[in-house]
Amino acid sequence: MKFSLEWLKQFLDTDASVSDLADAMTAIGLEIEGVEDPADRLEGFSVAKVLTAAPHPDADKLQVLTVDTGDGKPLQVVCGAPNARAGMKGVLGQPGATVPANGMVLKKAAIRGVESNGMMCSTRELELGDDHDGIIELPEDAPVGASFADYSGASPVFDVFITPDRADCMGVMGIARDLAAAGLGTFKPVEVPTIETDGSCPVEIRTDDSEGCPAFYARVITGVKNGASPEWMQRRLIAAGQRPISALVDCTNYLMLSTGRPAHVYDLNKLSGPVVARRAKAGEKVLALNEKEYELDESMTVIADDKGAHDIGGIMGGEHSGADEASTDVLLEIAYFDPDRIAKTGQKLMLSSDARTRFERGVDPAFMDDGLALLTDLIVKTCGGTPSEVTRAGTPPMERPTITFDWNRTAALGGIEVPRERQVEILESLGFTVEGDDVTAPTWRHDIEGPADLVEEVARIVGFDQVPSTPLPRPDGVAHPTATRSQVVERRLRRAAAARGFNEAITWSFIPTSQADLFGGAPNLVANPISEDMKAMRPSLLPGLAAAARRNLDRGASSVRLFEVGRRYLAEGEKPTAALLMAGERSARDWDVGKATGFTAFDAKAEALALLEAAGAPTDNLQLFMDAGETWHPGRSAKLGLGPKKILAAFGEPHPELARALDLPKGTVVAEIFLDQIPQPKKTERARTPYAPPALQAVSRDFAFIVPNDLPADQLVRAIRGADKKAIVDARIFDRYEGNDALSLAVEVTLQPEAKSFTEEELSAISKKIVEAAVKKGATLRG
Amino acid sequence: MIDREEILARIGAADDAASLEALRVENLGKQGKVTQLLKTLGKMSPDERKTEGPKIHALREAVQGALDARKAELDRAELEARLKTETLDLSLPTPAAPQGSIHPVSQVMDELAEIFADLGFAVAEGPEIEDDWHNFGALNIPEAHPARAMQDTFYIAQGDNEEGAPQVLRTHTSPVQIRTMMRDKPPLRIIAPGRVYRSDSDATHTPMFHQVEGLVIDRNIHLGHLKWTLETFLKAFFERDDVELRLRPSYFPFTEPSAEVDVGYSIENGRPVIGGRENWMEVLGSGMVHPKVIANCGLDPDEWQGFAFGCGIDRLAMLKYGMDDLRAFFDADLRWLRHYGFSFLDTPTLSAGVGA
Repeated sequence: MKFSLEWLKQFLDTDASVSDLADAMTAIGLEIEGVEDPADRLEGFSVAKVLTAAPHPDADKLQVLTVDTGDGKPLQVVCGAPNARAGMKGVLGQPGATVPANGMVLKKAAIRGVESNGMMCSTRELELGDDHDGIIELPEDAPVGASFADYSGASPVFDVFITPDRADCMGVMGIARDLAAAGLGTFKPVEVPTIETDGSCPVEIRTDDSEGCPAFYARVITGVKNGASPEWMQRRLIAAGQRPISALVDCTNYLMLSTGRPAHVYDLNKLSGPVVARRAKAGEKVLALNEKEYELDESMTVIADDKGAHDIGGIMGGEHSGADEASTDVLLEIAYFDPDRIAKTGQKLMLSSDARTRFERGVDPAFMDDGLALLTDLIVKTCGGTPSEVTRAGTPPMERPTITFDWNRTAALGGIEVPRERQVEILESLGFTVEGDDVTAPTWRHDIEGPADLVEEVARIVGFDQVPSTPLPRPDGVAHPTATRSQVVERRLRRAAAARGFNEAITWSFIPTSQADLFGGAPNLVANPISEDMKAMRPSLLPGLAAAARRNLDRGASSVRLFEVGRRYLAEGEKPTAALLMAGERSARDWDVGKATGFTAFDAKAEALALLEAAGAPTDNLQLFMDAGETWHPGRSAKLGLGPKKILAAFGEPHPELARALDLPKGTVVAEIFLDQIPQPKKTERARTPYAPPALQAVSRDFAFIVPNDLPADQLVRAIRGADKKAIVDARIFDRYEGNDALSLAVEVTLQPEAKSFTEEELSAISKKIVEAAVKKGATLRG
Repeated sequence: MIDREEILARIGAADDAASLEALRVENLGKQGKVTQLLKTLGKMSPDERKTEGPKIHALREAVQGALDARKAELDRAELEARLKTETLDLSLPTPAAPQGSIHPVSQVMDELAEIFADLGFAVAEGPEIEDDWHNFGALNIPEAHPARAMQDTFYIAQGDNEEGAPQVLRTHTSPVQIRTMMRDKPPLRIIAPGRVYRSDSDATHTPMFHQVEGLVIDRNIHLGHLKWTLETFLKAFFERDDVELRLRPSYFPFTEPSAEVDVGYSIENGRPVIGGRENWMEVLGSGMVHPKVIANCGLDPDEWQGFAFGCGIDRLAMLKYGMDDLRAFFDADLRWLRHYGFSFLDTPTLSAGVGA
């Protein structure tokens, strides 16, 4: 909301400086977004008189003027305006001044060979209006040499952000009231004029929708002459960012900006029959003032006559019934619309307007007659005419809750001690009625519902800066740990991945539907996405990482190790997941090692296991299941789990078709860890079990087996470990040889004696069991 | 008689291990000259042995000593010769270990968790796909309220959850307040960091970003506690004692009174530096939890009250660590991640500091 200082001063008697006023507004919750002083922009422009005007020797459309600037030394100025002539007064920009409209800095120049010492300006060049047909013509009595800023009464303009709860401050008057309460001056409420009327209102007014439009007041003014609004009004409107249109329209805008009260003016001659507030018919169409047609439904309120709906009630007037330059008889409408209905209608139609903004936040229901009188007065003073009496249909809802206020709440909730008398004074200065402990909000405040609201009123006027900082009570002792198990898991996993050379990425939660479809589709689609590429809530973290990898490779990265910890959005809920992606070079070419190497599925396995370990998963107990699923390379991927139904991770190469669809380079490997599947470790004591190293050294024995080609090594090792659970503490593949027709695996088995060393007999018995276990898996001991 | 000097001279002149061994055999071997002399001792009379014995033993020791000394010299010379051949050009590069990094958002979340843990706040979480009651209704944002338009909302197309409530991508972390109040018994102190979504995209807005919510519910919590908590938090976060806050009355449907919080800063080398009161920038929204919100969660607003605040994590990261483009946070450019990211060792702790 923008308004000028001189406008504010109509409602506020104050000597406060612009910056004090601005600071005070911010301090009481009317956030200053900017203060602009047009005098700054008009610096270097002054009132000047054209002494002589002669044709330019080399240009038909230009004239050479001599201009009196008030210092007795006339300047020569070249001017192209058709209205420039000797004897007129205008606005001269001298060298050094900046033209507000285009930022051009004026300087002495030769125009077609003739020296020019400045510029005579148009309204548009000074951003005072749209007129650019000629230069500004000032009245005879304009003092030559005066700064144009002073002459034109340029006044600093405040730009204030009004929060949605403060409809009362969507007019200058309300802001003045708040500032007066904060001690910045004396509030001067608007003076409501008495209107001389002639006869009753000739038009019947009704409201058939008492819910949407509980009150509708109106009057007719006959014999008006619409034209330009007065200069003082235009100046205020322009300062407020409104373009002057015509006196009738400007008067309604002026009333709204001044008092927060929207109104509408109809051309009486375009109406026929009673003017009625009613529900729209389904599919009923209205061509609004913005020249767009809106199709309405039965939840919306319109203002209609016998011919049909003209007005989207409380939101926008109609194109066919509004007052225009030719209007002579007008109907003024001041209505009260239900805030909720206005909001819903505005949302449905996606139609914003200054009226909607005010009605949906709630206007002052007690200001209907006053508003109508003010508007009538403005119109009669500018356009003439004879007003009728007011006709009123319905009554606006005026009830305000009476709050029984415990004055100690200000300290208990607001944290600030304010004497009761001061609290009462503040509330009364804001228009509240205080009787004992009973407080009633003024009719213009729709946001006051309970004691907390009163605390805010008192605290904001006293100033939040006066609230003393109060330490939160601190429990005894050192702060207790607060992170949950899953939070600790995520932190450890992140730092483990970073330690292992992975860069953490955060990618969008939404991905293209086509990519989600590669993973079986997204159960959650955004209905109103920013773009189609951000439509599907990701069912997998891989598309985001793949796109990131592709971008990095395209930027010249030779090796990509990325990970992300985030959620997958599945039908059964949001699943915390970690994903890793490796692409490009595993190691660069090197003088020592040789050629660059690529990643293999084993890298993905190593990372998956390392991160599971860091996350506290029981990695010793994990089983491996080949083929991680449809999106994976069937022979080069696997799952790790505590059983086929309890899968903690998947890793390997993505399926070649997926890799192609995601534009991943050959040799990309990935891993996913399903964080919600990692079991909680059993609650353990801090103290470890007693340290009891075995008394005797372990012995190791090597076995080499010929095994079936499709036997997973893991199964052989598990079988061997199971052969003698007491003696065998470890078994590890240390050699693998794929011959022409046979696969050979060599296993180092570690045996731990207990009290006594193994005897030869014991050792050969264990060996026998190991071989038997291997044979059961189809292995034969190599000779 | 044996010429002691000659023997010692020959040992001293031996120029390799083989000739030294030959000299040992010649003198101290079974048939060696000195050995032979030693054998004569047995045949001597006690008096003769008394005078000759020490001499012969001294001779043996001298010869043995000379052999040992010469052997050491030869070994050293051999080692030195070998070392001359054993050189590595250690200026050659070693294989570079890949440089991992923690994303600034994660780092700042860890920092927040650490700071607030000291103030007794636990970290709470909630779903990102919310029903509109948790995201709006419970927070006193009724359907037609213009405040809903303040936060451009993404809706989920498949629509309604089991209870028929429309689903949205949460526009703020505030629904976690609701879930916490409904689940746990007060007194409560939590922060809730996480992803939030708004239908907004330009240089300073991304459709996804991160927020942290704070909530304290107790019997006697007031605006002064809110002010202190925010001051304490921001001082700890920015690691400066001159952090100044300005609370401005504002409006949020879920708090009353409500305050927007500005932090003071100055411009140094073209960058905003937090501290002092020269300029102000808005960093937080906050207020005393609205009695209706407390009641919506099944608590008695006459018994329980408290404050809540919400703050952009990405923005905190930018202010502390100097990034100037929010969009880069989600681009995963490795160069950016390494430049602005953190080492895995930079775990924020109170004793080592929460900044890195």
